[in-house]
Amino acid sequence: MAYDKFTILQSTAVPLPIENVDTDQIIPARFLKATERKGFGDNLFRDWRYNSDDTPKQDFVLNNPIYSGKILVGGKNFGSGSSREHAAWAIYDYGFRCVISSFFADIFKGNSLNIGILPVTVSEIFLDKIFKAIEADPKTELEVNLPEQKVTILATGESESFDINGYKKHNLMNGFDDIDYLQDMKSEIAAFAEKSLY
Amino acid sequence: MSTNPTTLFDKVWDAHVVRKIEDGPDVLFIDRHFIHEVTSPVAFLGIENRGIGVMYPQRTFATADHNTPTINQHLPVADPLSAKQLAALSSNAEKYGISIWALGSPKNGIVHVVGPENGITQPGMTIVCGDSHTSTHGAFGSIAFGIGTSEVEMVLSSQCIMQPKPKKMRITVNGKLGKGVLPKDVALYIIAQITASGATGYFVEYAGEVFENMTMEGRMTVCNMSIESGARGGMIAPDETTFNYIKGRDKAPKGEDWDKALAYWKTLKTDPDAKFDYELTFNGADIEPQITYGTNPGLGTGITRKIPKASEVKDGEASYKKSLAYMNFQEDEDIIGKKIDYVFLGSCTNGRIEDFRAFASIVKGKKKADNITAWLVPGSHIVEAQIKEEGILDILTEAGFELRQPGCSACLAMNDDKIPAGKYAVSTSNRNFEGRQGPGARTLLASPYVAAAVAVTGVVTDPRELIEEEATV
Repeated sequence: MAYDKFTILQSTAVPLPIENVDTDQIIPARFLKATERKGFGDNLFRDWRYNSDDTPKQDFVLNNPIYSGKILVGGKNFGSGSSREHAAWAIYDYGFRCVISSFFADIFKGNSLNIGILPVTVSEIFLDKIFKAIEADPKTELEVNLPEQKVTILATGESESFDINGYKKHNLMNGFDDIDYLQDMKSEIAAFAEKSLY
Repeated sequence: MSTNPTTLFDKVWDAHVVRKIEDGPDVLFIDRHFIHEVTSPVAFLGIENRGIGVMYPQRTFATADHNTPTINQHLPVADPLSAKQLAALSSNAEKYGISIWALGSPKNGIVHVVGPENGITQPGMTIVCGDSHTSTHGAFGSIAFGIGTSEVEMVLSSQCIMQPKPKKMRITVNGKLGKGVLPKDVALYIIAQITASGATGYFVEYAGEVFENMTMEGRMTVCNMSIESGARGGMIAPDETTFNYIKGRDKAPKGEDWDKALAYWKTLKTDPDAKFDYELTFNGADIEPQITYGTNPGLGTGITRKIPKASEVKDGEASYKKSLAYMNFQEDEDIIGKKIDYVFLGSCTNGRIEDFRAFASIVKGKKKADNITAWLVPGSHIVEAQIKEEGILDILTEAGFELRQPGCSACLAMNDDKIPAGKYAVSTSNRNFEGRQGPGARTLLASPYVAAAVAVTGVVTDPRELIEEEATV
């Protein structure tokens, strides 16, 4: 599935200062029953966002109109738990293009990169600065600059660089994915498979 | 011995690298791929949209497990969305020539139970599945880990995925385990020590006397739970226990192929001076039966201990308090004696024959507590058949328990097996996240012994009080 190219994203952000946000919270298992990739954003953070009678929980950040934007800022160990790519789909479908945290679970990070979400790992100190800046002014904008691998709090000018491997960076900036890459090397794979022990 | 000592993980990984990308991931060849109904339909759709096929259908195996019902499996699946996913799995398997054990097949069951029990899982393989508990298969000395749906599409269309090589951690547990301590306790103990993110970025090798003495079922439980410490996977060097388990199974190599495979498998171990990025050592004697009290698997402790104070835990204080509020538990109170409503025995973590033997050894001659609803769900039809053959079903029936039909069931509550809001479940599964076993459900993770002790007493009970002599598991 093609995704939008990612270069420089300037946006307000939605703060979720909770640690260990697991994929069952991002999208509960009972909403994984689709056979197509559509509509997952409606159930993003379903049980934190809605009461059991489907009325919105007013104290949850996604139901608070003062917070919006294409960047989600989460606490440490974001995306732990299951391998469900549906978690990344729900975040993308809701409208986020970037998640910032001080620590990501491995599978979630890989899934995000594969579908065009940029996971940005910053230091705990910088993450705290971001949370404080948003708390002080919910309209605070962040700039996530992929070519320069830098995230900046625009109001204060404070910034921090982040890591991403060159291959994934190139893919995100050009909207390429791994499946295209692998299709181009099928003869090399076939030669490898010939020697396989199993 | 090579002059450059390497780890078991390096040996298996390096043997599967088709291409190394500079400043990028490795292109890794995948020997075996498991698929199920929940994470594969969109991958097949992707293949169709791109007009590409399945490169090696014989390397992929399908089973239906995540949202299958655990009663009346002979009837049509009532939930239309589940039925549609199951139908999609079957039609995709048929269309592309992929072997499938659909609902109703005598070999159907949870993907991480049926793979090993049919000999599909073998040492030295790379194994993936769109399910994080694929780490289970590492018990055989294979590199096995969960992948997302985009990667399922990659494996189907090219038999490869692109992965940066993880760092390596070795967790050694020396000595012997005490009475009433099961492999699940070892796993929960490790996670409680290192937290639910302590092994993120790493692939773990489990080593030491405790794992050497463990059965394959036990090793599978431990490797299964690797992901709950954040590790991508866990593995244990194959040995005679491994080879004896595999030999003669349906898809295991036979005759000369067996001899050849065995010779290779015997080379699969970490060299004495190989370096890990991180090493941890624990003592088996320090481990008592474990139980969790919070909403991630790292929030667990010895069953006789108190719930820690917020100041004592490694998670952030706010997250910890949120977790206890969800469970309606207080800091510094006893876990023993807490009233429980549901007991779940099953899942890819503890749904194998040994888990049912352990459970039965405790409930034998006793009665299910009146306040407990118990769901006993075998991991596969083969496990179910064995439960009947060994007379375990008679013990369970006598004690007032019923056996359900195989599937993932209440582990993730995608089917009707949902713990009601606010109720407490002691579960042998792998995750105690908020709402994991049903919206509002409160989960305490534990071993089959603990689950059995709770099932007959109605409250959190130390199983050692119910084990008269060392039970043979």
